[in-house]
Amino acid sequence: MTEDVLLQAGDVAKYFPLRQRGPQVRAVDGVSLTVHRGETLGLVGETGCGKSTLARCLTRLTDLSRGTIVFAGRDITRLSRHQLAPVRRDLQMIFQDPYGSLNPRRRVGSIIGDPFAIHGVAEGRDRQRRVQELMDRVGLNPEHFNRYPAEFSGGQRQRIGVARAIALRPKLIVCDEPVSALDVSIQAQVINLLDDLQDELGLAYVFISHDLSVVRHVSDRVAVMYLGQIVETAPARQLYEQPRHPYTAALLSAAPVADPDLADRRRRVLLTGDVPSPVAPPTGCRFHPRCPKAQARCTVEAPALTARESDAGTHLTACHFPVHSVDELVPR
Amino acid sequence: MSTTPLVARGERGIAGRSPFRLAMARLRRDRVAMVSAGTVLVLVLVALAAPLIAHLVGHDPSTQYRETGLTPAGLPVGPNRHFLFGTDNLGRDVFIRVVYGTRISLLVGVVSTLLAVALGVVVGVTAGYFQGATDTVLARFMDVVLSFPFLLFAIALVSVAGPSIVVSVCVIAFFSWAAVGRIVRGQTLSIREREYIAAARSLGAGDIRIMFVDVLPNLVAPVIVYTTLLIPTAIVFEATLSFLGMGVVPPTPTWGNMLSDSLQYYQVAWWFILFPGLALLITTLAFNLLGDGVRDALDPATERLFAEE
Amino acid sequence: MLRFLLRRLLFGLLVLWLISIAVFVLFFVAPHDPARTIAGRQATAQTVALVRHRLGLDQPVLTQYGHFLTRLAHGDLGYSYYNSEPVRSLIFARLPVTLSLTLGGAVLWLLLGVSIGIASARHPRSLIDRASTVFVLGGLSMPTFLVGLLLLYTLFFRLHIAGIDAFPGGGYVPFTQSPAQWAQHLVLPWLTLALVSAATYSRLTRGSLLEVLGEDYVRTARSKGISERRVVYRHALRSALTPVVTQLGIDVGALLGGAIITENVFGLPGLGQLAVQSVTTQDLPVIVGIVLVASFFVVAANIAVDLMYAVLDPRVRRR
Repeated sequence: MTEDVLLQAGDVAKYFPLRQRGPQVRAVDGVSLTVHRGETLGLVGETGCGKSTLARCLTRLTDLSRGTIVFAGRDITRLSRHQLAPVRRDLQMIFQDPYGSLNPRRRVGSIIGDPFAIHGVAEGRDRQRRVQELMDRVGLNPEHFNRYPAEFSGGQRQRIGVARAIALRPKLIVCDEPVSALDVSIQAQVINLLDDLQDELGLAYVFISHDLSVVRHVSDRVAVMYLGQIVETAPARQLYEQPRHPYTAALLSAAPVADPDLADRRRRVLLTGDVPSPVAPPTGCRFHPRCPKAQARCTVEAPALTARESDAGTHLTACHFPVHSVDELVPR
Repeated sequence: MSTTPLVARGERGIAGRSPFRLAMARLRRDRVAMVSAGTVLVLVLVALAAPLIAHLVGHDPSTQYRETGLTPAGLPVGPNRHFLFGTDNLGRDVFIRVVYGTRISLLVGVVSTLLAVALGVVVGVTAGYFQGATDTVLARFMDVVLSFPFLLFAIALVSVAGPSIVVSVCVIAFFSWAAVGRIVRGQTLSIREREYIAAARSLGAGDIRIMFVDVLPNLVAPVIVYTTLLIPTAIVFEATLSFLGMGVVPPTPTWGNMLSDSLQYYQVAWWFILFPGLALLITTLAFNLLGDGVRDALDPATERLFAEE
Repeated sequence: MLRFLLRRLLFGLLVLWLISIAVFVLFFVAPHDPARTIAGRQATAQTVALVRHRLGLDQPVLTQYGHFLTRLAHGDLGYSYYNSEPVRSLIFARLPVTLSLTLGGAVLWLLLGVSIGIASARHPRSLIDRASTVFVLGGLSMPTFLVGLLLLYTLFFRLHIAGIDAFPGGGYVPFTQSPAQWAQHLVLPWLTLALVSAATYSRLTRGSLLEVLGEDYVRTARSKGISERRVVYRHALRSALTPVVTQLGIDVGALLGGAIITENVFGLPGLGQLAVQSVTTQDLPVIVGIVLVASFFVVAANIAVDLMYAVLDPRVRRR
């Protein structure tokens, strides 16, 4: 299986200083994860848990405070911008904001053609042809390559972003909340597009989102993030059916259910308190102040992310007292 | 597999119009700006056609027309059939001199502004894009240049280099670039935070490429506005230098040195002040109003001087 | 707070030092023969040689610069061969004139600008506002010397012909001699200096005040029943004036420029007039002296404004 590993993040951390010295914002604090060829790893968490920062770390848009990132067998943790350039052909990113991620003063054809221009892959006519092929592939009218982003809808702009990302046939695309800014009906279209492209081009995705149902739909494996750390990771189905970490269970129980009868019968796990500040995270297990199952041990000892109980090696949980059923968490 | 654009159906008619074309359309609808643009055009034509005008009128700027241009007492003659704007103390035709003065004002104004803008953009983008130590040094430097008494330093420079048109252009450019640089730096700082810059970097683009392909196109609008608004400042600066005797030397006529002469003769010849003064005023007013209009056309959100609501 | 002050002072000193280098290079190194230019056009070969030796121009550049700095530290600004007088006494003789002009002008422009700005902001789109907009537009487009000329023509000359001698056409009367005449001779120059800048400041005040008046805390004050007058003057004005103060700091240099022009239009025997004259007579030591003195004042004024700004807005102190 190790030859299959495309991206390996080891104990990645990223801290931001608030002022010149003093406390730092620990946006990402010790994340390890693996992505295999052709798979989709979903990364789920609430706002502020560090997902976007992690995305930028994985794609080396920013330096790491700690840890390593190995992509396609190569350690890219400390590579310079110049050295990273060839890596970028295989490691791409799709951004969240369809309105901010495209330069409003450039024509769409030029934007999509950027990868070809930057890496010297195609010029002139050839480039234009390939750009139009890409536009067609993602569902845009190739005639529109001379238009400006302002003339496209949100969903179309994300398609432009996708076209730009797949231009050089990358191996891995980190998608940072690619559909969060879109209307629900459009979301489905874009997700289906990403799905098709994965099959066609053998892409791997890291799919970041706060929307559990979307992540469930697209992912092979899912990792749950809380306050800069991964608290649980498992194959998608297992995670949704048999969550082990109290936080995961709470998240899942809060996800809206369409059928009102089912919704009524569902047991809601209610968490107390707010998400603590990433500047001074709680000691021991970070989740303990809000956890219904917290005990003394949780305040001093941070649990490691390992397989618990009888779980297979693919289901890792960072909790001293993993959950067996939701009933444990719901107050009587 | 094309999806219909969700862009409003009503806008279908403007599909394919670049932001530039939209701005031009807005500008054309602005009457004040159009009048100003027309005035500027007339001024440019006058400047270009100066020798022709001199030929048509039959006078040239340096000749002293003692018989027709001065009274028997030797005083300058007021506006009449032969001398549209009267004559000066040496019997020279004020009208032709004003016309020739247009050349200097426009030439110095435009060239020094272009130089200042070029320099300001280079420094501003460098400071704003690279940030860190480079930015601190450059920003502080620009602040210092801006806070200094331009005129005094200009005088000092002229005292060493001697007055001439080239020195005027250089001096004015040297003291104007910092204002442009500061604004460009500010814009660059905010552009840098946009997601499309991060996207470009994630594609592997180098700094130079990002600056040229992604940052500069977004600077075009504010730079154009600022250039148009900087030209009248440069023109006024040149006129001031000439007025003090630091600019273009006589006998070349500039509005500034004509007004300087008027200091001695205005009591007997009001036309000395009126015509060059009016020319100066109209020119700067036209550029200012045009600049205001351009700013509004490129970014309708800004507050206008003459907002009509 | 103290650290902030210290940093600003150090930076100011750095700037002054850099200027001294620039001035030195410009005037003593760059010219073809500094001795000749300093001695003046009329000087004989002997005088030039004497000057050269006296100024130490036959020594290596760095030594010269060292002497230059030492002299500066002692307040010795050089000697004007043209006027046969030390530069320092020349400058100090004329300083009161320039100070009277600039301080009076600055006060006037602030008063005028801010009050027009307030009036426009309180009655937007009224006649006052529209009139002030025209005023602003005129001010932005008019060079200072033109304003001076026009004032000379209208308020001096035409009144003079009509028999009213309210405003003299030039000249200076020291305050110690006669305060009334001092002021009378300065009215037109003050107006000249003030009108152009008042325009910018009125616009700035108007914009800033309008913005502040639109804020929530002002609405709260109004809804509490406080009179509009108090709302504007007591609550809104303080924050609205911050950008004006900042602008003032930036404009100290412009103030000096305006003074130079005004002195030349009205024949006031101040530093500005001296500077222009010295260019014609190529009296370089005087120009050097004026530039250095002016730089000192500008840096000092900037630090003062920064300090005031830091008092008004604590966020600035952390920089």
